[in-house]
Amino acid sequence: MKNPIEQLQKVFDSRVRLGIMSALLVNEQVSFTELKELIQVTDGNLASHLKALEENGFIKVNKGFIGRKTNTTYSVTKAGDKAFRLHLDALEQMIKQTNR
Amino acid sequence: MIQENQPLETLQDIKSIMNRSSRFISLSGLSGVSAGICALVGAWFAYGVIHRSGGVAYHLERDYQNDYRGFGVSLLKSLMGSALFWIAVLTFISAFCFAFVFTYFRSRKERIPIWGVSARRLTWNVLLPMIVGGIFLLKLIEAGVFGLIAPGCLIFYGIALVNGSKFTLGEIRYLGYAIIILGLINCWFQGAGIYFWALGFGVFHIVYGIMMWTKYERN
Repeated sequence: MKNPIEQLQKVFDSRVRLGIMSALLVNEQVSFTELKELIQVTDGNLASHLKALEENGFIKVNKGFIGRKTNTTYSVTKAGDKAFRLHLDALEQMIKQTNR
Repeated sequence: MIQENQPLETLQDIKSIMNRSSRFISLSGLSGVSAGICALVGAWFAYGVIHRSGGVAYHLERDYQNDYRGFGVSLLKSLMGSALFWIAVLTFISAFCFAFVFTYFRSRKERIPIWGVSARRLTWNVLLPMIVGGIFLLKLIEAGVFGLIAPGCLIFYGIALVNGSKFTLGEIRYLGYAIIILGLINCWFQGAGIYFWALGFGVFHIVYGIMMWTKYERN
């Protein structure tokens, strides 16, 4: 049997990135401000993690406006959805193995 | 190396964020209790009015027969002139205000914005069955089917709660089921609408509110 640790995605190895993916999986779109309130991190920290996920093709950035203010929202891509679910499955396997 | 219990913590983190981002979890149990008390007070006043005048149906039907032709206007007129109508409006407004205040304080305490995406989705999903039901019930009054108004209110409100339960604390779904069943039973006891109202909107809300408060907010 394959070791489930190999299935863990290195990209998701951070509390902030896990938070971003979790929020995006259950919502069609989430804005930068909402993510910030949800995960409780600084602007710069959140932005750098978002960038990393975007570069991996796991999330999509949508720039829009509300009046004159910019409103950037994020949504999950198909690849991101799949990768995150695999990551969750791997976590589940690991828990099952440690409980055995 | 990954420590033993880290995957478990990670999963709990994920679950909590999924919940917080998709559900409006600031809904306070005290909101339910206060809404229930408002409903009981409202029902008490309404009972007095009905007792004096000989029933809701009598109240509205009298005006209905007096002026059959211009009915759209006369319906509105007889509603506006009806003490029962104003009791209902006041009950609804005060219940809503109290419910809002308690939920507002809870969201402040937990530092969750009160008007986020989850709150908007909850509002829309609760309002939709209530607005549709409201229009339908107005048509029932127009058709003179007064006995089905109270059960109709309960049924549509119950459906609204079940519909909204996906976007807030899930337990509200059981309050919804209970109120739907009560409304259906009420269809066979049409004269007793006021008692079913008091039980559904009053007692059920209070019981639900106390249960939710002890479960999530006591400490």
